[in-house]
Parts: sequence; C-alpha cells; structure tokens
Amino acid sequence: MGQTLLKKVWDLHTVRQLPTGQTQLFIGLHLVHEVTSPQAFDTLRQRGWPVARTDRTFATVDHIVPTRERKRPFLDVMAEDMMTALERNVRDFGIRFVGLDDARQGIVHIIGPELGLTQPGMTIACGDSHTSTHGAFGSVAFGIGTSQVRDVLASQCLALEPMKVRRIRVTGALSKGVYAKDVILAIIQRLGVQGGNGYAYEYAGDCVDRMSMDERMTICNMSIEGGARVGYVNPDDTTIEYVRGRPYAPPADRFDRMASWWKSMASDADAAYDDDVEIKADELTPIVTWGVNPGQSIGVHDRVPAPAGTADPKAITDALSYMGLTAGQPIAGMKVDVAFIGSCTNARLSDLREAARIVKGRRVSEHVKALVVPGSNGVARAAEEEGLDDVFRAAGFEWRGAGCSMCLGMNPDKLEGDQVCASSSNRNFKGRQGSPTGRTLLMSPAMVAAAAVAGEVTDVRELA
Amino acid sequence: MPRITKVAGRAIPMRGNDIDTDRIVPARFLRAITFEGMEAHLFEDDRRLGGPGHNRHPFDVPAYQGASILLVNRNFGCGSSREHAPQAIRRWGLEAIVGESFAEIFFGNSAMLGMPCVTAAPEDMAALMALVEQQPTTVVTLDLVAGTCEAGKLTCPISLPANVREAFVSGAWDTTGLLLDRYEEVNNTAARLPYVAGF
Ligand code: SF4
Repeated sequence: MGQTLLKKVWDLHTVRQLPTGQTQLFIGLHLVHEVTSPQAFDTLRQRGWPVARTDRTFATVDHIVPTRERKRPFLDVMAEDMMTALERNVRDFGIRFVGLDDARQGIVHIIGPELGLTQPGMTIACGDSHTSTHGAFGSVAFGIGTSQVRDVLASQCLALEPMKVRRIRVTGALSKGVYAKDVILAIIQRLGVQGGNGYAYEYAGDCVDRMSMDERMTICNMSIEGGARVGYVNPDDTTIEYVRGRPYAPPADRFDRMASWWKSMASDADAAYDDDVEIKADELTPIVTWGVNPGQSIGVHDRVPAPAGTADPKAITDALSYMGLTAGQPIAGMKVDVAFIGSCTNARLSDLREAARIVKGRRVSEHVKALVVPGSNGVARAAEEEGLDDVFRAAGFEWRGAGCSMCLGMNPDKLEGDQVCASSSNRNFKGRQGSPTGRTLLMSPAMVAAAAVAGEVTDVRELA
Repeated sequence: MPRITKVAGRAIPMRGNDIDTDRIVPARFLRAITFEGMEAHLFEDDRRLGGPGHNRHPFDVPAYQGASILLVNRNFGCGSSREHAPQAIRRWGLEAIVGESFAEIFFGNSAMLGMPCVTAAPEDMAALMALVEQQPTTVVTLDLVAGTCEAGKLTCPISLPANVREAFVSGAWDTTGLLLDRYEEVNNTAARLPYVAGF
C-alpha cells in the first residue's frame, strides 16, 4: 500500500512521540510576521532562549503596512510600535528579514513562494491561518497561534496531533470566466466551513494537474475556510519549473537531484485516503458569497436562500439581515460600493492580468471606489512592466503598494459604515474588512473587476 | 505546569454556530505587542452593535459575570489563527469551553494556554445552555479524567482527544519544555532532511 504526501512528509519530520502521545514535528521553514510574533519573542527574551534555527526562519511585514504612504514613523502609533518591535526582534535574534523598504517585501504567503523559500517536501509553519497557501508546492504548511510561534522559535518544533487526508479530485475543464477561486468556493460550499476539521485536503484531479502555481496557491490558500488546516497539491513539473532559479531555490548543480526527491514525496498512486471527493469543474459557474462565512455562497445567477427548511435557519436569517438581503433575492444586481483586488488569495500576477483584461477600455462605475493592491513588490513590478497599472488607472482604479490592505482592518484601508465590497480576498466574516457593519462579497478577481465596472454584482462572462 | 483535571464554576452560554475569531476579537485590536488588556475587546463589535432581534450580549448580562466556563455550539473559533481570541477569553476569567465542536487552530491555541475545549453532544449542549439560561447560578463541573460534565441534575459525557487530555492531566500542556528536552534528536531529524543537510 502506498503513502500520501502528508504521511511521507510527516514521518520524515517526526522527531519523536512525546509522552503525551503527540508527535514532535520538525519545522523546515518558519515564516514570521509582525502581528502574531511580538509576544512570542518576549517570552524568549524573558527565559533567555535563543532562536533555535535562524537558518530556517524568515520574517517580513505585511498586515499593518499602509499601501499609500509608507513614511516612518507610521501615523498609526500602534502600527509603528509593532513595526519597531519586529525590527528589534529580528535584529536581536539574528533573523533574516524583508523589511518595509526591501524590494522583495509583500504578503508573507506571496513572497515565500516568489523567493523560492517555499519548496516541496517541507514542513512550513507561520502564525497565520493562510499558511496553507504554501501547500500548493507539495509542502505540509499550516497556521499556528502565538504560543506555537514561541515553540517554533525556541525549538524549531511543534507538538501536534496527526491528521487524516481527504483527497478532492477536481475533474474536467473550467469554462471561460470560471477560475481557481470558484473551485475552492465550490469545495467549501459543498463540504462546509468545518468539513475539513481534522483533515488535510489533497487537491488532485486533471483540472488541478493543469493549473499554474498561482491557481494552485489560490485553492490551497482557502483550505482553512473549509476548516482544513492543511491543503496541498502533489509536486510535479509545474512546481519544479516554478521554483527553479528563484533566489532561495537549490543551486543549479544540486537542483535536479533535489527535484527528483521532491517528486518522490508525491502521494503514491495506490495511497489510501480517509475520504475521497470529486468536484466536476465543467459544472461550475462564477460563485459569489452572499453571507457572513465563506460557505454561504451561490452561483452568480442564483438567488440567496430562504431560512425555512435549511439546517440552521437562525444562521441564515442572521446573515441575510446583516447583509441587508431578502430571502430569494438574486445576487446579480446587488449594488457594490467598493471593489478590492488584493490579498494572499488573489493578488498574484495572473490574477491582475485577468482583472486588467476585463477593465481594459472600460470605466469603473461612478459610485464605486476601486483599488488594486498587488500581493508583493515583485508582483507590482512585474505588472508595471506589462503596463497593467496603466490599464487599471485609466479605468479609474487606484494602484497601491503591496500589503494585506483591505483584506482585514489592521491598516488604513478599511470599509466605512455598511459599505458593500466586492472582494477577491478570503473572508466575509462580519466586520472583517475593518468596519463593524461592513459587508463583503467574495469572488474571483475577474468578477471583482466586472462588479467595479458594472457597479453591481454581475457575471464576468457577459463582459469578457 | 499545573495539572488540569477539573474545572468548576458558573457558566456563560454563547449561542450560534461558526463564531469566528474576527468576531471574538476584531482585527483592529490586534495592533498591539502584548496580550495585556485583550479581554476588553472580547466580542467588542457584537456587544456594541446588538442590533434588531438581539438581546443583551451574554458577556454583558450581569448574572454571567464571574463565570468560569463558556458554552458554545458548532465550529467555535473558526477563521484566523489569532491567539488574541483565546487569550481574551482566558483573560476575561474563563477557564474552559464546552461546545459541539471547535475549529482546529483555535482548539490548539486554547490548549497551549491551559484552557481545555471539550466537546459534548448537540442535545446535551442544548440542555446545558437552557439550564444555565434559566438558572445562571448553576455550578457546572467538568471532570477531564472521568470525562463528565455535571450541572445541577444534569450529567453528560464530554470528550477530548486522548493526547490532549493526557497533556492537561499530566501538566504537560505548555509544550516548549517538552520540545526542548532531548534536543540532539531534533538535530538528528534535521540532518536527514535533504533540504537542510543538502545532498
Ligand atoms: S492578505 Fe489577508 S488573509 Fe492573507 S495574510 Fe494578509 S490579512 Fe491574512
């Protein structure tokens, strides 16, 4: 009987079974950012512990970064405190750091892959639930809390429970106007926001096999929205060619040997899974969330549900009232106030290209505030070289600097009042985008572009 | 670390499925470099907004002040990995959570703080919440060793994964010490990883 990638990586990184019965797992790459690390560094300082493996640790700043004016000190004194704390921590503990002025700066889950830090066969941890993004490379990558950040800093290890594996085979071809974002939204819709609890999701099937790394990252990114802490795709030639030549990739003389090891870590053809699910890509349409969790979504031509007869009528009633929707109302035509293209889910070059293709030669609707926030300085530069920034600006979008921006309310980019935002990010929780009454509609970047132009939720396929 | 075998005290019922960590502590309060005072922001937006059809938020009901146990429904703590959420709950004075189910990262974060998240069957949760809502003075006792929850005349089974229960019961829930123990084995593991050791 063959093994899954999860099992192979897990076994290889197991240090020992702890007396509690948990597994002590070695972490191959620890990514650190400003929000979840200061308290962990403080504990190390208090106890006089060094960072165990600075060679396996890498830090950056993303959540609090203003996307318009980066001058220091930041206007927000609390953000400035966090920035200063991180700068001091990386200096005191000797950690590699991509800071605010670094040409490589960006959202941690975008720069890890871009720099070649993220590689197949690794275990990767970061104090951020979207660490699952890195699973697109065939690594076992997951989010942790601050106490666990402390554990990894101090010992390069974590005490963990084993996971089950659910294979999700995405078969068939996506039709035009339907994207990786729609695939993952469909998966969450089908399996539920807690369906992945206790599981790692292995995304497979011919549709995933044909996907670019950008698309695979979009899918793995939102595993956690389906309750799965880990999501991964088996490494193949697409993975290998993406990593080749990147700054932290294995050097040329060792690269091919490393690449064959990577491939050997992929799940075996006869591996057994704890669960197996098929999603038919050709049946998918563009998807939009209508509610207050990422599982509350419908096709762009569908109507929002009525509470009666559903499993949790109270939750539906509550979500409809928060969103200002009436049961049975079509989602298409819902007016939007803000269009946000950004976040670690969908702010890579291919996302921006698709969105630019939609807005080219069109104008953002008069009542819409529209912004594009590239996921990293690297993405921004590449997009500017292609002239995408001009396309967006000409259409009436703001072109901002890299960061988490309006994905969450920790920096100056926020919704105001009960604004409705068409967003390419990953969470539509109440208040997520910075206003306690703000409303988020999750969709693909191309759909956000279409909504910006139309001023309302609209089917991108009618514009393309 | 102290052993945690039993938690007893009054309870506070917090109804609703899929309560995410952005609601428990909204992101703007994460702009801080310590967890101190995080309890002040617990459910801040929900508590402030209330809104149509909402009664007073449980955390603002006088009878629930000083409670030790939080009662929740399904998938509590989903979303962001922010430890600020369990930190705020713990610092508010709560020592354990009983619910139908928990999101995985939240569950682990709480365990690291010595705050067990134990699960009970949906019908038992419903009975427990109803009881506490009717009689907020009811003392709820969670026995991690026996795997039971007692409240007034009500007794129901609660569960925790064996490893996690063992960590609480043996006082090994703060893992750093365990992980630093026998560090040579960590180096041995690292040395067999092609990407650390090189080929
Ligand atoms: S872009 Fe959003 S989800 Fe991604 S790391 Fe930043 S805040 Fe978190």
